[in-house]
Amino acid sequence: MNDIKTAANSLLTAYFKDTPKSLKLIDSYMVYVLLTGIIQFVYVVIAGTFPNNAFLAGFISTVASFVLAANLRIQTNPKNASQFPTTSPERAFADFLACNVVVHFAVANFLG
Amino acid sequence: MSTESPSTIAKVLKPTILILIAIVAISSRLFSIIRFESVIHEFDPWFNYRTTQHLVKNGFYDFWNWFDEKSWYPLGRVVGGTVYPGIMVTSALIHNVLHFFNFPVDIRNVCVFLAPMFSGLTAFSAYLLTKELKDSSAGLLAAAFLGVAPGYISRSVAGSYDNEGIAIFLLVFTFYLWIKAVKTGSAFFGLLTALFYFYMVSAWGGYVFITNLVPLHAFTLLLMGRFSNRLYVSYSTFYAVGTLLSMQIPFVGFQPTRTSEHMAALGVFGLLQLYAFAELIRGYIPPKQFQTLLKGGIAAVAIIAAVGLTILSFSGVIAPFTGRFYSLYDTGYAKIHIPIIASVSEHQPTAWTSFFFDLQMLIFLFPAGVYLCFKELKDEHVFIILYSVFASYFAGVMVRLMLTLTPVVCVSAAIAYSTLLDTYLETSKHVLAVTSPDATAIAAPVDVTPEVKPAGNGAGTGSKKAAAKAAAAAAAAAKTPAKSADTDAKAQAKAAAAASGKKRYPIFNFDSRALVVLQLTWFLFMFAWHCTYVTSGSYSSPSIVLASRQQDGSQMIIDDFREAYYWLRKNTKEDAKVMSWWDYGYQMAGMANVTTLVDNNTWNNTHIATVGKAMSTSEEVSYKVLRQHDVDYVLILFGGVIGYSGDDINKFLWMIRIAEGVYPNDVKEANFFTPRGEYKVDHDATKTMKESLMYKMSYYRFAELYGGGNAVDHVRSARMPAEGPTLSVLEEAYTTENWLVRIYKVKDLDILGRDLKDSTAFDKGKVRKVSSLKRK
Repeated sequence: MNDIKTAANSLLTAYFKDTPKSLKLIDSYMVYVLLTGIIQFVYVVIAGTFPNNAFLAGFISTVASFVLAANLRIQTNPKNASQFPTTSPERAFADFLACNVVVHFAVANFLG
Repeated sequence: MSTESPSTIAKVLKPTILILIAIVAISSRLFSIIRFESVIHEFDPWFNYRTTQHLVKNGFYDFWNWFDEKSWYPLGRVVGGTVYPGIMVTSALIHNVLHFFNFPVDIRNVCVFLAPMFSGLTAFSAYLLTKELKDSSAGLLAAAFLGVAPGYISRSVAGSYDNEGIAIFLLVFTFYLWIKAVKTGSAFFGLLTALFYFYMVSAWGGYVFITNLVPLHAFTLLLMGRFSNRLYVSYSTFYAVGTLLSMQIPFVGFQPTRTSEHMAALGVFGLLQLYAFAELIRGYIPPKQFQTLLKGGIAAVAIIAAVGLTILSFSGVIAPFTGRFYSLYDTGYAKIHIPIIASVSEHQPTAWTSFFFDLQMLIFLFPAGVYLCFKELKDEHVFIILYSVFASYFAGVMVRLMLTLTPVVCVSAAIAYSTLLDTYLETSKHVLAVTSPDATAIAAPVDVTPEVKPAGNGAGTGSKKAAAKAAAAAAAAAKTPAKSADTDAKAQAKAAAAASGKKRYPIFNFDSRALVVLQLTWFLFMFAWHCTYVTSGSYSSPSIVLASRQQDGSQMIIDDFREAYYWLRKNTKEDAKVMSWWDYGYQMAGMANVTTLVDNNTWNNTHIATVGKAMSTSEEVSYKVLRQHDVDYVLILFGGVIGYSGDDINKFLWMIRIAEGVYPNDVKEANFFTPRGEYKVDHDATKTMKESLMYKMSYYRFAELYGGGNAVDHVRSARMPAEGPTLSVLEEAYTTENWLVRIYKVKDLDILGRDLKDSTAFDKGKVRKVSSLKRK
């Protein structure tokens, strides 16, 4: 248990030291989205899934936002630049926007 | 530069060849139109055609909310919610675009020509897919193969207006986009994959194949230690967007969150999230500490997953597999449990001959191509290997899944074929240049960006030495000023050969080279000949119009179906209810515009069994069923006169079986077999058989056709009794020219309240026997 504690501590320090500001911004967005998803899930466990499509739309919206943000984070991370030779940060952001437009178009359709 | 002139030619040649391939693909599907006419074929297309007409006439919203009261009487059918609307929307869109530009094309012609048009696109996507795997020359071969392969033509001839017509294009193109997404790690390609996946979901139930194959590919890569951020980006984009989109189709609805078929995709999605998160953490802390964290994390996740799964499966949130899927895993399942699925001929296991029949030489080249994929084994080759393994299995289980096998066979056969050609056509000069030490310098003027990506992947995971070496070589090549952006096939192959650092020995002897190349060319000729032969002979019959050769060689057109449906359309009340076996439901609704009891959308087994019961029981029992369902007419197929073997007497056993499943007290299969276990219709037929409504309707007045003697059923080569069956609750309404379709009218109740049997006997002037009076 103690090991885990020290490991977690060193993880946190390393994270705050090594991560560029833009990535931290994305991370905070991802945490926010994650919390939204968890709140929805808890609500559904307590109150039931009816109406199912509205729940799914909301929940999948958070999941999709989360992974799309993760994509953006991965592609804009300078450490990963070698893995994405054709994807500039601007391109990654454009992809992010395009995906979000499609997702939330479907979400809006599914909500009603 | 010297390399420029062949590449310019190649630039012109490639599109030309592709266009020619598309033209060949389209025109080889037009046999049925030339031979017969521009008409919708078979059964299911008639439903698609009818709904498309509705869509074009009444608009999209009306189509979406359409409740069809003319089918499944008295239940009706919610068409908008029980249909894959892709093909209808596609043709309506094409129709509307053409009309917008003032091309007054009839919707029927759009429907008839839709599948051939899309086959051209399929060939093009096969080109793109194979290009990603090998090079563009293999791509051209794959396009040519897929364009004419009978396995695909069987479902996409002109007039065969069915979901598969566009679905195979979508399947291949989605796979191409997926491979592209994995290679580039671009979220944009992931999005495109998801969008085409959505189109596929809207078009065909076979989308489940993609739903499972793509996650399987991702999972296999994960197991092979090939996780990369590219995989994460492409898969999570595809899954998150694709699943959400697929739920917009009403027929699919919430299935992606419930049924087991979709669970694998969800599981892999979750797994990838965890894996990526672990990778992220690994980047921050030393390995030792990472291991501690990992152990804790794995334990926590395992406990949560186990508890969650148990709760979900016990509370029944996750539905079990559906019957059609069980029959994929256990071929005997359907026969025992669901006769309705087993009764469809396209759900039968494939005979080995049909593999050769549908694919000819491709089936020999197919394993070779898969072997070559093993040799390369980049991410995309893993995909092709998985695809070929699973598609082969499914094609062996169900005849109609031959369709999903055909694209991968064409792709890998093209890889094998083009590798052979590369080896045997390569002039010694090329090979020497490649094997020379400064190979990269020669290959340099070529744009090698496609090579850099997969090679970089290999280097990133450090999985293979060769891949790392390739990366170095490709990177070196990329550094040199690569101005000409052409991706000339041969030069690229050279670069690849150079990059992989393998020594290839040239085959110098002209005679051995000529022998092999000539033989391969001969194979191609044979293949083209076979494909044309099969297409024209076996797959171009509309099956609603039959053709037969007479003894003098002239062609006779048998048009009984349309004759009968036309009669129904013109001579019955608007709301007439016509009962027939479910096979003809769609055709009747589409051509005769009458209300049907059951049709090819076999969603209600009980209702079908009720029709089966009405067909297979005696007149008295059956009459009650007919009256209960307001049936006005009964339509059957009878091939005994001209020897048409797909008639109702031959399908009768399935009706009996399905009816027995629901009404075991009224119908017993054993009663229809003679004591020797034979299925007979002649003198030896059992009493139950002779009394069944189907038998009576089929052979009613049959003997009169032969002047009272020697009546012969040409399908079952049975000599019929001279005294035919009598009918009392039905009367013959119409029989077509060749007796292929017979329509009977259900009599009303007798005005005097007599038994219909008695009143018929009375009308015939027969005196009631005293004994029957006494019994009353």
